[in-house]
Amino acid sequence: MSVKTVRIITPTGHLGTTPLEKASFERGCTMSPDFIVADSGSADIGPYPLGADRAASDEVWQRHDIEAMLVAARRLGIPLILGSASDTGTDRGVDQYVRLVRDITRQHGLAPFHLAAIYSEIPVDEIRRRLRAGATIRGLNGRPDADAATLDRTDRIVAVMGTEPIRDALKAGVDVVIAGRSSDCAIFAAPLLEAGHSLADAFFCGKAMECASFCGEPFMGKETILGRVDVTGVYLTALHPNQRCTPASVASHAMYERLNPFREYVPGGYLDMSKCSYEQIDPKTTRVTGQTFVTSETTWIKLEGSGKVAERALFICGIRDPYTIAHLDHAIGWAKSKLTERFGPIGERYHVFYHVYGRDAVMGAMEPTPARAPQEVGIVVEVTCDDAARAETIAHIAGKNLFYARLPDVKGTAGTAAIMSDEVLHARPAYEWTLNHAIEVADPRELFRTRFEDIQP
Amino acid sequence: MKLVELATTIRSKNAGVDHITFDVICRDRRNFERVRDSGVLNKAAVARLFGVEESRVTDFVVFEPANAIKFTIRRLKPSGGMGETDLFGSQQYAPLFDLDIP
Repeated sequence: MSVKTVRIITPTGHLGTTPLEKASFERGCTMSPDFIVADSGSADIGPYPLGADRAASDEVWQRHDIEAMLVAARRLGIPLILGSASDTGTDRGVDQYVRLVRDITRQHGLAPFHLAAIYSEIPVDEIRRRLRAGATIRGLNGRPDADAATLDRTDRIVAVMGTEPIRDALKAGVDVVIAGRSSDCAIFAAPLLEAGHSLADAFFCGKAMECASFCGEPFMGKETILGRVDVTGVYLTALHPNQRCTPASVASHAMYERLNPFREYVPGGYLDMSKCSYEQIDPKTTRVTGQTFVTSETTWIKLEGSGKVAERALFICGIRDPYTIAHLDHAIGWAKSKLTERFGPIGERYHVFYHVYGRDAVMGAMEPTPARAPQEVGIVVEVTCDDAARAETIAHIAGKNLFYARLPDVKGTAGTAAIMSDEVLHARPAYEWTLNHAIEVADPRELFRTRFEDIQP
Repeated sequence: MKLVELATTIRSKNAGVDHITFDVICRDRRNFERVRDSGVLNKAAVARLFGVEESRVTDFVVFEPANAIKFTIRRLKPSGGMGETDLFGSQQYAPLFDLDIP
């Protein structure tokens, strides 16, 4: 059986964060690609964008990247697949990207084409219903299973799609797929599976390409990578003139951002990379063979959920006095005692965190190095509370009490902290990742909805 | 020698929302073997260095194809919640630099 060689280019590992680099993308467009594919989402941005349903990226850069890719794809007459639209993959994100596609089509006078919008947001009530009907909402990577209380703390949920809804859209002959939250490697694997390639090669190619030029060396972001799959393996080529895909760079990317470098779980099974062999084919290309795919008997779809915890306010100050710095815990302890006196115990109706930059603000309890007396420290005081106005009131006192810190031998009795600007900064509310779970499904399509649209200039 | 002198990459990053994963990668195969065979980097040593219970070091693997050692620490709270100090988990690796590798 002959299987068609498929070439995919990807210019960015997270569409919209910073703009893609055009030179290597244009080089990629000259290499007879069959598909342009890019991932646009991540859980790394924290729970706020999903919970509050706001993009983390700036629309200027989202438009920039979609414009470059859409115009090229239409010129070349090849499909464009974008996954995890607008950082979160919520319905808002899918609709926003479809709107940008319409705008860009009009602006460039592109010929009409077909688009599929695949939605992956799930009402919390739908998951509640499934839970009551006996479904297990299985905690991933050591989390306990979710119960009704977990769902009560959740404002918004997206399901993470595998290849099936995307393959269905490609089968229907669409030119552009805008997908909601999707498994990063599935958006690459879908067209490869449609062409008849193996699950192992399709998902490995996706795993290697999902962050674009992160699989090459030296380290560069936003440069285009060419992936080619034929019956002899998966070939990865760096297209920036000074970047190469090497066995070391591709293998080290295979372990990036993962608990374990050997397995990648997707709906329906996992990719096993433990027997991969990596081979330099030409100066810029590495071939990978030996990957396998282990199919599971049941299909589990990952759910990501986020819920609002509290309003948040910040206050910023600095300290230069070496005596105060040496007794900083005492000063913070005194400031906290004044909060307790006025607002009740910390941790009940409000929380306060003193982030001491210059000491241990970055690593917190994991910091093993005892602070060498720093010349100065910067302190960000973070207060969370149900009520926004009260959070600001508490943050003001929590910060200003460092200015009035009572230390027995302090020389500077006119203010024990430097205040950058005597104001409380209103911060985004605090959210938490409530769901990092999976739910069993009879059909890997059942949590996703596809809408077709003819795009006209 | 210090680990920072033998490894070309020492990094940390979120692995999902509940974990931070650490990669120590050596370009030079001999340097990698020296680090691997020294036994200095192991689950218990990592737990001691970062002051966490050993049960929070959820994975520790030697990844030969990349000349790499990789381990993962479970966060006490998911990323990005209140009190967060490193949303991406990208600045937790520095204490590894000074490990003495015989």
